Amino acid sequence: MQHGKYRFIVGFLTVPLGLYALFVIWPFIQSIYYSFTDWTGLSPEFRMIGFGNYERMLEDEVFWKSLQHSLLFAVLLPLVTLGLALFFAFMINVGGRRRRGGPVISGVRGSAFYKIVYFFPQVLSIAIVALLFAFAYNPNSGAINSALRAVGLDGVQPLWLGDPDLALWCVMAVLVWSTVGFFVVLFSAGMASIPADLYEAALLDGAGRATTFFKVTLPLLWDTVQSGWVYMGILALGAESFAVVQIMTTGPGGPDYSTTVMVLYVYQKAFRDGQAAYATTIGVALLVVTLAFAAIVMKLGRRERLEY
Amino acid sequence: MKTTEATAPVPAESGATISKVDAPAGPPPKEKKEGAVLNVFSHGVLVIWAIMVVLPLLWAVMTSFKDDRSIFSSPWSLPDTLHFDNWSRAWTQAHMGDYFFNTILVVGGSLVGTLVLGSMAAYVLARFDFPGNRFIYFLFIGGMSFPIMLALVPLFFVVDNMGLLNTVHGLILVYIAYSLPFTVFFLTAFFRTLPTSIAEAAFVDGASHTRTFFQIMLPMAKPGLISVGIFNFLGQWNQYMLPTVLNTDPDKRVLTQGLVQLAVSQGYKGDWSGLFAGLVMAMLPVLAAYIVFQRQVVAGLTAGALK
Repeated sequence: MQHGKYRFIVGFLTVPLGLYALFVIWPFIQSIYYSFTDWTGLSPEFRMIGFGNYERMLEDEVFWKSLQHSLLFAVLLPLVTLGLALFFAFMINVGGRRRRGGPVISGVRGSAFYKIVYFFPQVLSIAIVALLFAFAYNPNSGAINSALRAVGLDGVQPLWLGDPDLALWCVMAVLVWSTVGFFVVLFSAGMASIPADLYEAALLDGAGRATTFFKVTLPLLWDTVQSGWVYMGILALGAESFAVVQIMTTGPGGPDYSTTVMVLYVYQKAFRDGQAAYATTIGVALLVVTLAFAAIVMKLGRRERLEY
Repeated sequence: MKTTEATAPVPAESGATISKVDAPAGPPPKEKKEGAVLNVFSHGVLVIWAIMVVLPLLWAVMTSFKDDRSIFSSPWSLPDTLHFDNWSRAWTQAHMGDYFFNTILVVGGSLVGTLVLGSMAAYVLARFDFPGNRFIYFLFIGGMSFPIMLALVPLFFVVDNMGLLNTVHGLILVYIAYSLPFTVFFLTAFFRTLPTSIAEAAFVDGASHTRTFFQIMLPMAKPGLISVGIFNFLGQWNQYMLPTVLNTDPDKRVLTQGLVQLAVSQGYKGDWSGLFAGLVMAMLPVLAAYIVFQRQVVAGLTAGALK
């Protein structure tokens, strides 16, 4: 197979690698370089200012707020989303009542239906989801408040996205709503590959559903949960949170910066305020947070791999 | 329900409630009741979440047929008559038709490009030993974990300098570049699982590497290409961040951007019913396609994470 091998390799790799280097790798390297300059993005001139942007960042109150919100996203969103998804997936796949003569473990009735429905939000663009919920949250004519009025809760009419204390939670709820289904389906596939005799043995030993979940299902599913955790965290720090915050909250960034996340702040500094260099500085901070997050999850989650 | 499963509502109690699965007399009645209660509870939670998923979508569909006045005065009432004019207004006046066309153009081009270039790179990385193979592989998959926004600031100017800003082909190239990490990661793993003997036989018979790839390996890799194709299709169709930054020409807007801009401008014009029609218009084709190709879509979207 040696004949013309290298010519073939070069021929096949040049275009994809070139495209990738030009549009992905090169901008990444550039942005780290720019973070040490005073480039505005509006004119081609700039000069090196050392760690000036980083010093400024450490004194920037909005940056600290956005960091706080992003960290909250990265910690809470995977916790809530994966928790809910594990619960739903377990109920769908293992939680069914046993029928005489049927398999030892079975899902609830209509499990296929639930899996299809729960997955709906995953195929929709996060931008569409965000728009839809922006209307639902509307304090006067939105679906949520008018539903509250309809059941007699006239006194409970929160401003939702307009309330600085509530806005961030409203945004998080939307992200949970749109991602739970994906993990339900992912975990369902994982649970389906766990051999039934393990459940049988657990049942024979008298294990209840909760015990079965914590002692059988979760340990065997751990690898999937862990990679799901990293995946969700990266989404919560990056593209998904940008779309929901930018589309849903006023400003964007919410009343009193209450929903500003790092990725939105990068965008605003670069493309609204003409401070491209400072934007890349915040972007570098975001990169550090993302990599640290992934490293911590991988380290905390490390367990003996279970073969089955 | 003669063989009730031993069910405990909380882990702490589970040690106490022990029952033999095949106990002829069955477990004590109290346990049976608890099991039933838990069953109702768990099923109830599943139903509630299903409603929570479907209700906002149904609400949007319903709202898209109402007139502006009733959208504001009574958000939950059924439309008095079906206002199909909302839909035609959204399609023509609000340019939803153009946005659809732009999206199809961009996604069509970038999907083909992603699959061709991704499979070429993945095949070489999976099947050939050469210095730098591992380095290039990790260079590709490293792109999956970096925050894209960081690269977007300089990327804007890279694209601008090349004269590709606000062009369809510029957007296509950027979409391809940002889809490559996952595509290469997924397809490299896939090509490794394919048998080597057939390609070797073809090579012995005098086929070139290129011909072997296009005529033998690609057809064999079809299941993998379908999975990763669906993954990329949805990702690119739903893409919001890249076009928001790189595609600011109003005439070239893609669907997601167009809708968001529509929402902003309708704030002044007050055509909310038209906006909802546009929203539903964008939602329905994807949902319909998902329901039809349900099995493939799920396999495509979850395959990468399970590897």
